[in-house]
Amino acid sequence: MLHIIAFYLFAALVIASGAMTIMSRNPVHSVLWLILAFFNAAGLMVLIGAEFIAMLLVIVYVGAVAVLFLFVVMMLNIDFAELRAGFMKNAPLGVVIALVLVCELVLGLGAYRAGIIELGTPSGEVLLGETNIAQIGELLYGRYLFLFESAGIILLVAMIGAIVLTHREQRSPRGHQNIAKQNARRPEEATELKQPGIGQGVEL
Amino acid sequence: MELSNSLGLVLPELILSLSGLVMLLFAAWGGDRLSSAISIACCVALGAAFALVAPSVCAGASGPDTIAFFGQFRADAYAGMAKLMIYAASGAALIVAPRYFERLGEMRAEYPVLVLFAALGMSIMVSASDLLTLYIGLELNSLSAYVLASFLRTNEKSAEAGLKYFVLGALASGILLFGMSLTYGFTGGTSFAAIQAAAAAGEMSTGMLFGLIFVLAGLAFKISAVPFHMWTPDVYEGAPTPVTAFFASAPKVAAVVLLGRVAVEAFGTQADAWRQVVIFAALASIVVGALGAIGQQNLKRLLAYSSINNVGFLLIGLAAATQAGLAAMLVYLAIYVVMTIGSFAALLLLRDAEGNQLETFADIAGLSTTRPALAWCLLLIMFSLAGIPPLMGFWGKLVVFWAAVEANLLALAVLGMAASVIGAFYYLKFVKVMFFDEAADRVKGEADTANWALLAICAVLISPIGYLLTGWLVSIANTAAGSLPLAG
Repeated sequence: MLHIIAFYLFAALVIASGAMTIMSRNPVHSVLWLILAFFNAAGLMVLIGAEFIAMLLVIVYVGAVAVLFLFVVMMLNIDFAELRAGFMKNAPLGVVIALVLVCELVLGLGAYRAGIIELGTPSGEVLLGETNIAQIGELLYGRYLFLFESAGIILLVAMIGAIVLTHREQRSPRGHQNIAKQNARRPEEATELKQPGIGQGVEL
Repeated sequence: MELSNSLGLVLPELILSLSGLVMLLFAAWGGDRLSSAISIACCVALGAAFALVAPSVCAGASGPDTIAFFGQFRADAYAGMAKLMIYAASGAALIVAPRYFERLGEMRAEYPVLVLFAALGMSIMVSASDLLTLYIGLELNSLSAYVLASFLRTNEKSAEAGLKYFVLGALASGILLFGMSLTYGFTGGTSFAAIQAAAAAGEMSTGMLFGLIFVLAGLAFKISAVPFHMWTPDVYEGAPTPVTAFFASAPKVAAVVLLGRVAVEAFGTQADAWRQVVIFAALASIVVGALGAIGQQNLKRLLAYSSINNVGFLLIGLAAATQAGLAAMLVYLAIYVVMTIGSFAALLLLRDAEGNQLETFADIAGLSTTRPALAWCLLLIMFSLAGIPPLMGFWGKLVVFWAAVEANLLALAVLGMAASVIGAFYYLKFVKVMFFDEAADRVKGEADTANWALLAICAVLISPIGYLLTGWLVSIANTAAGSLPLAG
């Protein structure tokens, strides 16, 4: 019973906060709604017994979104004075979302202890009695080893690409000073004596 | 046991990735001083991979012995032949590059490493027998390609080319992924064998059809078939010329071969579902490639349209959906790669007295009086691209059209032939400008031995002398096409 209630709560909140993400005009609010949506999706994952995916959702998405949030703040050139003035106005929304999250956390944990929702028998061979993480690890480093390692190379290439396109060789702080060249310079190459005639300019 | 078997089958890929990683370390510590040494080492690695793949192609490897990693990877002769072309084309892109980049002061040690990783990605692509492998290989190749396109980062056009390629490539990847997820949802498997079984089981469901069309659209972007060709002229023009030579050859091979595998292996039993799409793309590519090139003044843009045009002929072979059609496609691919590398090697030899690259029609006017050897080589390549009889380009087209006729696609073959006449116009314009126009005498740069050697090899291969190799080429293409696990 508990997990049925929890399921409908999480599902409704995912949809509602997803809708709010695209409907709110303030980008900062959008991000907050998005975080709520991710949390609820993680809750759904917990309910079907995929606690590892749930953790990934929270760590990767909520973590990544926090970074995204910083980017939004940096790039949109938001006026911080105005933001601070609006803080008290936004505070109730933040508090409400925080409270909802806390309640969901408690509810989710309770539902998790009450057992998972049976969606049907999983196909493929399942290692009975193993945790989620152990099973995923078994697949990633066993059956899908080749693809997993290739994906690693893709990430490496992305990293090389970022460095190749942005990294510039460090110049010395004093510009292009070439001391050997300066020392090798002789007065006869550097200066020239001229005897200009009266009334005429110097011919260089 | 299973693992060691699998590792044995991916040995060429292992060599490429390990040497790429080692070269990356050298590049990181040695800096750009080592770039030419790293280029040579990468060529050696490609050569080693080539030598490893060659025996399995000659032996016509097929069947369950070629399956690695639980059916995700298949090292059969079909993939092997594509790999030979890919490694050769990547090697050529490494050979022509140092001279070009050094003059601009932009030769960096990461260039050969990125080419090596792109070759690795393509190698995984052509061996894919699972949607996951397909996607991983494709992304590895594409990511390297985006960086290579904007390798001249101070050059505005190069940066633009990279950005354009990246944004549109990401969109195409999204379309491809969407199609793959639909296919997985409606067939219940990601491996080609599972999809083949599900598709053969009965009527194709609408969802599966949607998935197929989206996958085809995503791959059509990668081979720049019309109507997904818009990026090609801009990217080819903006990217550094050695990189353009690379884009026009190796990734085309990989994506066309992969498309053949998806269409004929995974969805082979439902050929009627995708044939009309492929036929449309083929004819549209031939016509758009021919008409679009007519107004171009820039030679790189012109060659971009030429590559779109050639993709059309390749797709005619695929549309036949028979083993003969696939074999014809492979033969055409081999000839196309040689012609493309030859034309870009010639383009790289067009330099003015300061060593700046020349790339417009006005620059090559009257080339035959100032640089007769170069002009004659270009004439040979352009006639071959136009498909004029004694040259290999004609034979490639003949084989493709013959396969289409045998598959009862007479109308397609006739339309393709008629459209190829339009394409002949601008190839002949090339020759007219070089041989009959007032000499502009702008090509003055000194010759580069490596480029010349490459151009000479390509010219000999597509000249009538190349016909000595046709028997061998056809037998290899036939065994390669025969190694595909077709249903029924």
